Amino acid sequence: MRHKLIRNAAGRLVPDEINGKPVIPYMGVGKYRPQGVRHSPQIPSCIDFPSDGNKQVPSLREALIRAGLKDGMTISTHHHFREGDLVAQMVFDCARELGVKDLCWFPSASFACHAYLLKYLDDGTISHIEGSMNGPLGRYCSEGKMRKTAVLRSHGGRYQAIQDGDVKIDIAVLGAGCADPFGNANGINGPSASGLLGFAVADAQYADKVIIVTDTLVPFPCIPWQIQGNYVDYTVKVDRVGIPEKIVSGTTEVTRSPDRLMIAEMTARFCDVTGIIRNGFSFQAGAGGTALSVGNFLGDIMRKKGIKARFARGGSNKYLVSMLEEGLVEYILDGQTFDLEGVRSIRDNPHHVMTSPFTSYNYHSKGNFASMVDVVILGATEIDINFNANVVTHSDGYLLHGIGGWQNCLFGKTVILPVPLFRDRIPVIRDEVTTFCGPGELIDVVITERGIAINPLRTDLIEMVKGSGLPVKTMVQLKEEAEAICGVPQKPRFTDKIVAAIKWVDGTVIDVVRQVEEEML
Amino acid sequence: MIYTAGNRGDKVRSDCFISLDILQEQGVAIELKSKVKALYGESITGLCREMLAFFGIKNARLEIEDYGALPFTLAARLEAVIKKYIETDQEYLLPMLPQNVYGTARDADRVTRLYLPGNNPKLMINAGIYGCHGIILDLEDSVAPGRKSEARFLVRNALRSVDFYGAERMVRINQLPAGLDDLKYIVPHPVNLILIPKCESQAQVLQTDAKISEILGHKNNTIYLMPIVENATGVMNACEIARASENVVAMAIGLEDYTADIGAQRTAEGKESFFARCTMVNAARAAGIQPIDSVFSDIDDMAALARNVRESKALGFAGMGCIHPRQVAVIHENFQPDEAEISTAKKIAFASERAEKEGTGVVAVDSKMIDAPVVKRALRTIERAVNTGKLPKNWRDSHAS
Repeated sequence: MRHKLIRNAAGRLVPDEINGKPVIPYMGVGKYRPQGVRHSPQIPSCIDFPSDGNKQVPSLREALIRAGLKDGMTISTHHHFREGDLVAQMVFDCARELGVKDLCWFPSASFACHAYLLKYLDDGTISHIEGSMNGPLGRYCSEGKMRKTAVLRSHGGRYQAIQDGDVKIDIAVLGAGCADPFGNANGINGPSASGLLGFAVADAQYADKVIIVTDTLVPFPCIPWQIQGNYVDYTVKVDRVGIPEKIVSGTTEVTRSPDRLMIAEMTARFCDVTGIIRNGFSFQAGAGGTALSVGNFLGDIMRKKGIKARFARGGSNKYLVSMLEEGLVEYILDGQTFDLEGVRSIRDNPHHVMTSPFTSYNYHSKGNFASMVDVVILGATEIDINFNANVVTHSDGYLLHGIGGWQNCLFGKTVILPVPLFRDRIPVIRDEVTTFCGPGELIDVVITERGIAINPLRTDLIEMVKGSGLPVKTMVQLKEEAEAICGVPQKPRFTDKIVAAIKWVDGTVIDVVRQVEEEML
Repeated sequence: MIYTAGNRGDKVRSDCFISLDILQEQGVAIELKSKVKALYGESITGLCREMLAFFGIKNARLEIEDYGALPFTLAARLEAVIKKYIETDQEYLLPMLPQNVYGTARDADRVTRLYLPGNNPKLMINAGIYGCHGIILDLEDSVAPGRKSEARFLVRNALRSVDFYGAERMVRINQLPAGLDDLKYIVPHPVNLILIPKCESQAQVLQTDAKISEILGHKNNTIYLMPIVENATGVMNACEIARASENVVAMAIGLEDYTADIGAQRTAEGKESFFARCTMVNAARAAGIQPIDSVFSDIDDMAALARNVRESKALGFAGMGCIHPRQVAVIHENFQPDEAEISTAKKIAFASERAEKEGTGVVAVDSKMIDAPVVKRALRTIERAVNTGKLPKNWRDSHAS
């Protein structure tokens, strides 16, 4: 299966087809406008569903059989349970028992706990994954072991792909902390509470069959209904839908590393001197340790100057919740809830609101929230001297992360990447990124412990930092500084085999990941 | 016989663990496990081969567990393990960073000095970015007894290869007499100041100074000394220690050991060390050098550190040690001149300028006569206020308006 390679607008060679489907190469930011109508699932009729509203079936296996599970289907799950997810595992255990093959798993993100599924990739139960490639799954994929090509999309891109019909979900299996037999569900109550279920919204609306799995089944009505039962075919009660302590833990502690704290503090100072921090502004900071502490330092400045933010986009966590409760932030528009404080807040505080990729990120929505945010703090594994950045592969070529909302957030008004200049000898600022995930024209500022680089396109920011005492350098200077310390890295070696495609927010292919060559030495 | 050097384990970063077995035949075999193998595998094995050849080792089995060690670390670890096998005075020195070679002033600011454990490369790499006045590579208490030898190679290589961005480059040697043996690994490389721990006599300072001169091949006039007084004898001899050599530019007190030595508990309010601290300040000031206070060991309590710093400043100390980078800003902030000091200093500076212009030779502020040392201190206060951003560079103009 030789495919033709085409050079896309990012200068990357991408194939003309992936998994037998034609590819549209990336054309540049805002250049691609798909035509036609949105994909629709089959028309259901209420006469086919029990009039007493009880859609409960005895087991997930039974639900999957009734949903018509068969070879080659696309099965989706969401990632609100993070490292505590048991749903994907249960689904593919059943599929294996039923002898079903060649399934495509379409999660909204994967985690290290999903290494459990490697055996199903090995035995052919799962043919490939279209979703993020974290940890062991990324390694497996990078070593060329997956039968088909993986496809990575942003959270917004996932919604877009579902609406485009690029991905047709046959069965969505959606875990919920709490649900009723009709299928109304939320992530607010029950031992497996995950806060919200925004990443499951598209799946519920567009999958042919929808199964709700919960360990806390309450009598109708389950309030609030973050997922509406009217989309749901079957409900299943299991003993445990997730592992509570792994659902709401992970990266929600601020960093203690003095280097990262320094970067975070400099980021907040940058926002201060450039006038980004002003009454009524908005911000989004991710869940990593550095991003969290940027939020804390922003809070310090706001407190000192008596400034209030109109809204913060989450990931919510105890730090953001305390800013909300202190009155520093008027609303949290939450994408996912990272800790128990976040769960409590979204349950009890009407100013803490659930969002979904539809509201926040979707390319086919009539506008979305991402572009309205004043300042966005994001991470990256690599950034090149033209501000193009990579978030999915490490410099050694291995896929180890998903895109998450990263590409979508690049549309924020000012995008800042606070990153160390190098991580354990691995330089972050490179001549060229290993994988091209986001174009530099959307990335405004790179803040490292050894200096700040501002995108030449942002003459306004360059002007405003003058005289601030902040150490402004060029990307080339930063790169040379990193190389002086770490040495000039050799290039990782790849085979010709394409193991994963990276989609841009509009569904075009911005880059591909190739199989890492067996280590030689 | 297999020898090893370096560190390994899940939490180890920017370091490596090396096992070496020197053989009779079979050539050199290198087994490298590294997270950065795809990026630096060739560089790592290349350096190792070059070093083995340099020390004349033709047959060996080398195993490296690498956690992102920079070349200076890798080379230090390998040299340490090679020297467990062979006795030689040969040293494998990486090229020296030219920007590491600079002198510092006798009376340079020494408000903050960051201690770095001499056998931990991870903490060295970014040590210079926090803006502390001095960086101390420590060979003494922070290095386990069994690791003293490998730490020497690491500290030596760090002095040559790690950019501390202009911070004063300091090394704390071991307590004498062992510390004298450390000096040959330090003195020929870019170092500005040697700390002499547990110093209790003039003789120990002189011994150190003499050893440095011997290594330099001429009378030491480039490397400053900072004795650390850590027991009752040292405190009683503070005057002679402070005046022992013209290379002594500062004298520090170590209160953990001191309080133990006098049979007291170290308390928050510090009554038990009041005498010693005052004695140190007086002895140092009398000798025209800087008195430096003990470190503050609770790295999570910044409020208590700030109180401690303000007290230290009130007693007359010129600076204190830091054991964590986060302490640097707090110590600077609280050692800085406050508003009242700055305002008085400005008055004195203006009065002094006026006096000079008018040729009166007498400086007076609000009908009080001001002595020359007070003028000097005022100018220093202004300088520090400007350096720390508390006063604009054009403070004269802003005063006029």
